Amino acid sequence: MFIILNGKITKLPNGCITINDLVKRKKWNQGSLIVEYNNQLAKKDAWPSIILKENDRLEILKFVGGG
Amino acid sequence: MIDSLVIGGREISSRLFLGTGKFPSNRLIPEVVAASGVQVVTVALRRVDLDFEEENIAAYVPGDCILMPNTSGARNAEEAVRIARLAKAAGCGNWVKIEVITDNRYLLPDNYETIKATEILAAEGFTVLPYMSPDLMAAKRLAEAGAAAVMPLGAPIGSNRGLRTKEMIRILIEEISLPVIVDAGIGRPSEAAAAMEMGAAAVLVNTAIATASDPVAMARAFGRAVEAGRTAYLAGPGETRQYASASSPLTGFLRDE
Amino acid sequence: MSFYEEVYSSYKQFDCQRFFDRLTDPEIRRIIAKDRLTGLDYLALLSPRAENFLEEMALKAHRLTVQQFGRVIFLFTPLYVANYCVNHCLYCGFQAHNRLERKKLSPAEVEAEAGVIAASGLKHILILTGESRRESPVSYMQECVEVLKKYFTSISIEVYPLEEEEYAALIAAGVDGLTIYQETYNEEAYAELHPAGPKRNYRFRLDAPERGCRAGMRAVNLGALLGLHEWRSEAFFTGLHADYLQNKYPAVEVSISPPRMRPQLGGFQPRVDVSDKNLVQYILAFRLFMPRGGITVSTRERAELRDRLVKLGVTKMSAGSCTAVGGRTAADGATGQFDISDERGVTEMTGMIYSQGYQPVFKDWQML
Repeated sequence: MFIILNGKITKLPNGCITINDLVKRKKWNQGSLIVEYNNQLAKKDAWPSIILKENDRLEILKFVGGG
Repeated sequence: MIDSLVIGGREISSRLFLGTGKFPSNRLIPEVVAASGVQVVTVALRRVDLDFEEENIAAYVPGDCILMPNTSGARNAEEAVRIARLAKAAGCGNWVKIEVITDNRYLLPDNYETIKATEILAAEGFTVLPYMSPDLMAAKRLAEAGAAAVMPLGAPIGSNRGLRTKEMIRILIEEISLPVIVDAGIGRPSEAAAAMEMGAAAVLVNTAIATASDPVAMARAFGRAVEAGRTAYLAGPGETRQYASASSPLTGFLRDE
Repeated sequence: MSFYEEVYSSYKQFDCQRFFDRLTDPEIRRIIAKDRLTGLDYLALLSPRAENFLEEMALKAHRLTVQQFGRVIFLFTPLYVANYCVNHCLYCGFQAHNRLERKKLSPAEVEAEAGVIAASGLKHILILTGESRRESPVSYMQECVEVLKKYFTSISIEVYPLEEEEYAALIAAGVDGLTIYQETYNEEAYAELHPAGPKRNYRFRLDAPERGCRAGMRAVNLGALLGLHEWRSEAFFTGLHADYLQNKYPAVEVSISPPRMRPQLGGFQPRVDVSDKNLVQYILAFRLFMPRGGITVSTRERAELRDRLVKLGVTKMSAGSCTAVGGRTAADGATGQFDISDERGVTEMTGMIYSQGYQPVFKDWQML
């Protein structure tokens, strides 16, 4: 299955069903991530219950240095 | 006399605001904050680089600072609004620096889109600090739109060219009742002091500190310059001219009363 | 939000006396030297202490005025078209209780008066009525404007407070300026001096200049009638009101008038004396506070004093005035709203202005 991850068509790794699965698999630092799911903010406690579907848009954001 | 800067209902202890981009290492940031005494610190929101583990900038900003996300990357009002909402939802508080830029050469802000974004976000309860080109009419519209301050540029972002827009900023300071914070362009502490002497409420500095050979020392210098400039402003300018009035040519007739 | 909520309320309870008592000479000097004055700086210049610095203030006021306006004095004249009035303002010669011949000029009579005035060269006119929606409705004002347009390039009104749409209708008819005096900014004094009639509504009058700005008036002129209440606070609020409007409506030419009470039918005695010195201080302080603000001085003031005021910040003066309805063409002497003091005609005024090295201006601008 393919999703659009940060603007790129990306193959969802096997076994990743929810946002939570993906974040864990990718070993991203959960504490600082901001996830936008189909243009809506997905709060952290909702990650385990959001089941990814074909062509879903996922934006994984974080705070960086900026002026 | 108590000289406090209040923005969005918060009393701000330091009139130097710090941008966190371009530092050689994020690990310097706590030291820079400590050396300069800054309380308001800006950050940006970006897509995660999916291939590398990155640091979380917020982890380096001391907890008692006000984190002000900017909307850099936004090219219009809708994008700025979206970024601001995401940042707030991510726990950033309700401060936001609106930054809408479509010009990639000089990185000059789009005042028109900035006003639109300010209106929407202020109505949602954000404390909105818009980055802008110093234009009086735009500043008035931002004030009407509910901005908590206006942040005119002194020179293009990152240029370190100083207060090139001084006369325009002076007009904003005179005409706008909101705090005027000079953002962008300030390259040296003396320029920060000059902005403060002129009556700016605060200055936001990033590149000049982040790219100094010794960012911590430069941050300390900026902190002191801002304080010195503010103190000079409050001290009031000395009398620059004395009017001799021995002969009272204009009002002498009143003595006959 | 309006001037009342945004500005007036925050100063209503302000203890001016205490503020005045604490002022020092160095503070006054520093304020005079400042480029930009705050509201409280302006109040400081209206203080008794600042009376010792009138010459310093005058030098700066003169310099600022020349810098902003040049060496010119704009001339205009009032035209009273009707004196029907339903108000009971204790201090006014035209108030409803006073017995005098009530009159309203017909379009032909307006035209006759206009001809006389235009022959003097004046191009700016201020039309006045009493407050009577029945006798002098907006439609009547429009009729007058239709006639006057042929003779004058700028027409201002000084009439009872109107709604925004009514101002807009008059602007469409050819009006470009609004003069409306609050009489007194002090709410208690206002209530006492206006015991009956629609004018009792303090807020409706206070907000009238702003409605005029919103409707698109090119120029708005404010004032308090000096003699009704403590002049320093009246001057302070008039200045704050002008500053508020100028900030909010940058396209409007905001000006003030400092009219002093004159003897009038009914014989109301001024409650406070406002000396020449006080008047001068007010004009100078306002000029320093609002370098670009207009200052209008009418024929209420004596000729000798008006001559002196030319160099002290004044930008506009009335000339050849008459406060009676149809007074310029009537054979018999009709009763005026008040007695004017400077009775010089336009030619004489022009000569006086030239003699001071200034230029009298009859026509400032014209809408194309």
